[in-house]
Amino acid sequence: MAQPTISTVAPPESPAPRPAAGKAALKRRNRYVIAPLVLIGVNVVLFLVFFVWPGALGLLYSFTDYRGIGKLHFIGFANFQKLFADAGFYAALGRTFTYTVLSVPLVYVCSLGVAALLVSKAVRGRTAAKMVIFLPWLISPIVVGVIWKWLFGQDFGFVNFVISTLGGHPLPWSSDGNLALAVVIFASAWGGTAFNMLLFIAALKNIPESLLEAAELDGANAWQRFRHVTLPGIAPTSFMVILLSTIHAMKEFAMIQALTGGGPGTQNTLIVQYIYKTGFEQSKVGYASAASMVLMVVLLAIALIQLRFNRKKG
Amino acid sequence: MATAANMPPAVAEEAALGTERAGAPQRKRGAKNQRGNREARAKASVPLTALTWLIAAIYAVPLLWFLLSSFKPGSELFSYPLSMIPREWTFQGFVDAWERVDFAQYFLNTATVSIVTTALTVFFSACTGYALAKYNNKGTRLFFICILATTMLPTEVILNPTFSVIRDLGLYNSLAGIIVPSVLTATGVFMFRQFFLTVPDDLLHSARIDGAGELAIFFRIMLPLSRPILFTLAIFSFQWRWNDYIWPLIVLNDPKWYTLQVALRSIVGAENIDWPVLLGASVISLLPLVLVFLVFQKYVLNADVSAGLKD
Repeated sequence: MAQPTISTVAPPESPAPRPAAGKAALKRRNRYVIAPLVLIGVNVVLFLVFFVWPGALGLLYSFTDYRGIGKLHFIGFANFQKLFADAGFYAALGRTFTYTVLSVPLVYVCSLGVAALLVSKAVRGRTAAKMVIFLPWLISPIVVGVIWKWLFGQDFGFVNFVISTLGGHPLPWSSDGNLALAVVIFASAWGGTAFNMLLFIAALKNIPESLLEAAELDGANAWQRFRHVTLPGIAPTSFMVILLSTIHAMKEFAMIQALTGGGPGTQNTLIVQYIYKTGFEQSKVGYASAASMVLMVVLLAIALIQLRFNRKKG
Repeated sequence: MATAANMPPAVAEEAALGTERAGAPQRKRGAKNQRGNREARAKASVPLTALTWLIAAIYAVPLLWFLLSSFKPGSELFSYPLSMIPREWTFQGFVDAWERVDFAQYFLNTATVSIVTTALTVFFSACTGYALAKYNNKGTRLFFICILATTMLPTEVILNPTFSVIRDLGLYNSLAGIIVPSVLTATGVFMFRQFFLTVPDDLLHSARIDGAGELAIFFRIMLPLSRPILFTLAIFSFQWRWNDYIWPLIVLNDPKWYTLQVALRSIVGAENIDWPVLLGASVISLLPLVLVFLVFQKYVLNADVSAGLKD
């Protein structure tokens, strides 16, 4: 679409050896207005078509009982009233919060711990270890789900085999709701460590060694050095990792689709899955859009709260 | 909204700038301090190394178990006692996946989507990032805020309306329906903007004095300069698209256009999971990314560049 625009605007620019006054003004205008416009043109169109349009449409839908076809019929706040009385919606939202609250700290601790080990010069073979731990980044959420489903299969999985070999009782990893959620949390930590680890490694390398040495000379032990020098030093990165992981966890979808499908039953149905089910499988578009709006407000609120928290601390 | 949206990238910028600032003193220290701490470190070396490798092993086990299982014949998959190493090695799972499930077609679809989207994303992100970094006017400032806002409106939040838009544009059930909407990514634009901010304006001015047109400056001077970012974004974009599930899920209906992720999900979501086929198919789906990673790993593991991105 924009390809032709580029070619029509480009030619008049290159030749103009000694421009007259009017031409010079025009050229300056080209420089500072038209050139950037050409450069951002395609993305502006994409932004309007694939963010503004659906965003506005979603807001509109949430006030209608639209079912995917026919005319829009406005019903005011009825969707929201129904939503706030819907036990299924609360269950999904609550389960999403539980999942987020449990998985984000785990991801944080894993990635920071691994990163701290991998920047320590005392560790041999750091590059190889980094490669191994980074590999899950390459694996899609769907395949992560498959891998963990295979590992934690109730009747056939490796984990239950090991447990029973060691003399324990095999655990109901897929028929017990909480255990199934635990597997999802492990899987998310396994898949989420790699990238956050990279961010932490970059941050840890930037802490001036002189600070750590000064603390050491003052008699601080390893934990005190970590707590009072390293941790404040990587605060911006910590903040970013927590924010991004929280938002990521709130909209977890693909991995859980493959791992449990929201089961057992609907016990582990998370909010995006709930929206997908009502919006596409039951084609209650208006109702699902109302739920989406609630999710968007929650995401915004999380970002705002964390921003405020960060400002206060900083 | 703008302030809230501001957040992740703003922090990312800080982190990136911090990287540069701290880079210089880091190089200066070294020999002097290393000697003093060597003894203490040598002592800590064994337990810490052991701990690191224990953790690495824990991370490797799920993947290893999965990979080795994919080489087992169907009869051995569920026969107790399980053994880590297949007693009998076979490629039947891969062959079945490739032939029975129309996997070659899905593979081709996914490759098409990933390659085309990546090329477009890299090119347009470079254009936009450059414009946002080097032209400071009302338009570019406004669009910068718009891009920030997109980070607060993930696809997951606008599933249904997005579907309507795709349908009304006539992109439903076509690969173009996955490609076109995925071209604009905030991360890509920010990466390039961040890079071009570090390119001195003098370069731009002298090119202008020499009479080069604005777009010529971009294409002949700036774009070639940004090669490292270009590669990094290309790998990230390829990974996002190859592994993407939600867009193909809502856009594609006809199985002949399915991508690998959607196809895998339909195998794993079945009432009776065909594990030999599923394991083979999943392993095949990983290969291209592993290959790309092995070739270009320095662009990913180079931590300086990757500060501040995540999709």
